[in-house]
Amino acid sequence: MRKHTLRAGLVAGTILIAACGGDDEPAATDIADTSAPASAAAVTTAPASSAAPASSAAPATSSPAASSAGETSASSETTEAEGPQAVISLAPTHTETLFAIGAGDQVIAVDDQSDFPAEAVEKVTDLSGFEPNIEAIAGYEPDLVVLSDATIQPQLEELGIAVWVGMAPTTFDEAFTQIEQLGAATGHVGEAAELVGQLRTDIDSIVASVPAPEAPLSIYHELDNTFFSANSATFIGQAYAAFGLQNIADRAEGDSAGYPKLNAEAIISADPDLIFLADGSFGESPETVAARPGWQDIAAVANDNVFVVDEDVASRWGPRIAEYVQFVADSLEQVAVSAGG
Amino acid sequence: MADTAASARRADGLGAVSVGPLDPGPALDADAPAPAGRRHLGQVGWMAIGIASVVVALVAGFVVGPAGPTWWRTALELLDRLPLVSIDSGINEAQWNIVWQVRAPRVVLGGLVGAMLAIAGAGYQGVFRNPLVDPYLLGAAAGAGLGATLAFTMLRDVTAGWVVDPAPAIAFLVALGTVAVTYVVGGAFGGQRGGVTLVLAGVAVVSFVTAVQTFILQRNVEVVREVYNWILGRLSTAQWDDVRLVTPYVVVSAIVVLLHRRHLDLFRVGEDEAATLGAPVARIRLVVVIAATLGTAAVVSVSGLIGFVGVVVPHFVRLVAGAGHRRVLPLSLMFGASFLILADIPGRVLTDPAETPIGVVTAFIGAPFFIIVLRARTRR
Repeated sequence: MRKHTLRAGLVAGTILIAACGGDDEPAATDIADTSAPASAAAVTTAPASSAAPASSAAPATSSPAASSAGETSASSETTEAEGPQAVISLAPTHTETLFAIGAGDQVIAVDDQSDFPAEAVEKVTDLSGFEPNIEAIAGYEPDLVVLSDATIQPQLEELGIAVWVGMAPTTFDEAFTQIEQLGAATGHVGEAAELVGQLRTDIDSIVASVPAPEAPLSIYHELDNTFFSANSATFIGQAYAAFGLQNIADRAEGDSAGYPKLNAEAIISADPDLIFLADGSFGESPETVAARPGWQDIAAVANDNVFVVDEDVASRWGPRIAEYVQFVADSLEQVAVSAGG
Repeated sequence: MADTAASARRADGLGAVSVGPLDPGPALDADAPAPAGRRHLGQVGWMAIGIASVVVALVAGFVVGPAGPTWWRTALELLDRLPLVSIDSGINEAQWNIVWQVRAPRVVLGGLVGAMLAIAGAGYQGVFRNPLVDPYLLGAAAGAGLGATLAFTMLRDVTAGWVVDPAPAIAFLVALGTVAVTYVVGGAFGGQRGGVTLVLAGVAVVSFVTAVQTFILQRNVEVVREVYNWILGRLSTAQWDDVRLVTPYVVVSAIVVLLHRRHLDLFRVGEDEAATLGAPVARIRLVVVIAATLGTAAVVSVSGLIGFVGVVVPHFVRLVAGAGHRRVLPLSLMFGASFLILADIPGRVLTDPAETPIGVVTAFIGAPFFIIVLRARTRR
């Protein structure tokens, strides 16, 4: 959040100074606000470590408030013992977690980007997590709203609605903590603990199944064709770090958000052994990467080690993390085969 | 602004002299002998400085970067590539690929963009007789952004079969429409078109256009990233294809604006006076505005929205070389090119291996610089 405010402030300052010439830039600012969460969780990443625990306290403190202020929703009070019965999720990640820990029946609505699992799709509404409309959310009379961005938390709590916020984490452990917190907030502590245990076991065994390469391999994770990337201090970067892979974006130390925009020259000279494309739905493919001027010299391109990833799995820190770790393992296996052959 | 009239009246010799020939209509191209002026350097001297600045900027742009060979090796290699020169620079093929395929198109494209934005700014300022007008203030850039948004959303199906890339074309049309609205609104309420009213009209129209664009984007979240990328530009991912794409537009619109340099000097005296002297005021204004808007929309389509160049560079030129358009226009073109090429260098190396957007650099350098220029102007 701090990072985002800083950027916005920079732009705003620029506009102020440029008042006579730069009247166009507010457009860019507005768009930045809406697009940033879409392209990456960059805006919310920085404080995740500190914010996640803090927000976990929110449901505990605000749940009573919800019941005391909830004269209008007497029905939800009667079932309070079993946890919230009218949950709205405005984050695809948390939607997946809710259904994975058995809280799916308590969910009454999910945002327009939530598309997994199949049961969740039936509950998709036109509510948006990027441009949340407080009135529309309140209209569903929820007793818990699950978010990945704390922007509207104060307004919802003002209305007596309990809120749980889990921002994009920087490590797997933080992601697991969020699953456990969501379990506690919805009355599914046991299932959540079980899921986390399963994920830990799965990831450990997947990582153990891949033999360490003779020389350390380097990777480049591409978020879009302007070369925004993800370094090891992101949950997706952790999937590579788990295998001891070197992330070429880690050299961009100044970028605390974890999602630096890399320079094309720097990518080529870093010469990554593997490239993961998270922009396949925007038309990028191993072919388009190979066709980029100067990129033909990169080891990953020369050896056909450019992989298109499932963007949903790669941008969500929910129960499908292990799937992504498996995908990386499969890719590494292919690299080993092509190197051996 | 009062400033316009003042600067026109002040005219530090140059403007008044070049208005001298009383047959401005047909004598569009006639290069009348350079008026001496009070500046130390003659026309040739200034043009030489302009060209030198572009050469220096180009070389600096080519040799400085986060990767690739050491800077002096690149310089040697550049010399080696000149005809009749043979030097062993010790650069291998892969390193040269980085310089020539990745860095060079970006440098050249930056130069084209800077040149176009600066001369378009100078052209707008000339025809509107307003030193504050630039492609951004008039709404050309905002209009281009809205046009691109429309191309990616509502008009996507309609334009699916087009031979040409619809985004720049629609961006240009909407940009032109936006400038026209700004102009009509500014004129309708202000009486005098050169005044503050035009600036205020620009502010209002840009806000409106921006609001429409934001609304459309909110209805189409799935294209936000696409549109955002388009608006931010792809200077950092420039290829030679991009250079080929914009060069014709830049050349044509720059030539058209340059051809009107004498007419623009007439405008400085006043529209009525220009009309009295036989200049077709309305036609000149239309042609220059269309040319400048076409060029702006074309470069915005590859570079994204880069502020400040169109207003800072012409002001700087007027300050150092005088306000006559036979200097302001070509020097804006050349200094604009070198300014943007140089401004792009910090973006590449400061946060290596990450990028700093060029718009940040231009505003960071441009804003304080602009204030200095303004102070210098008011003191004289």
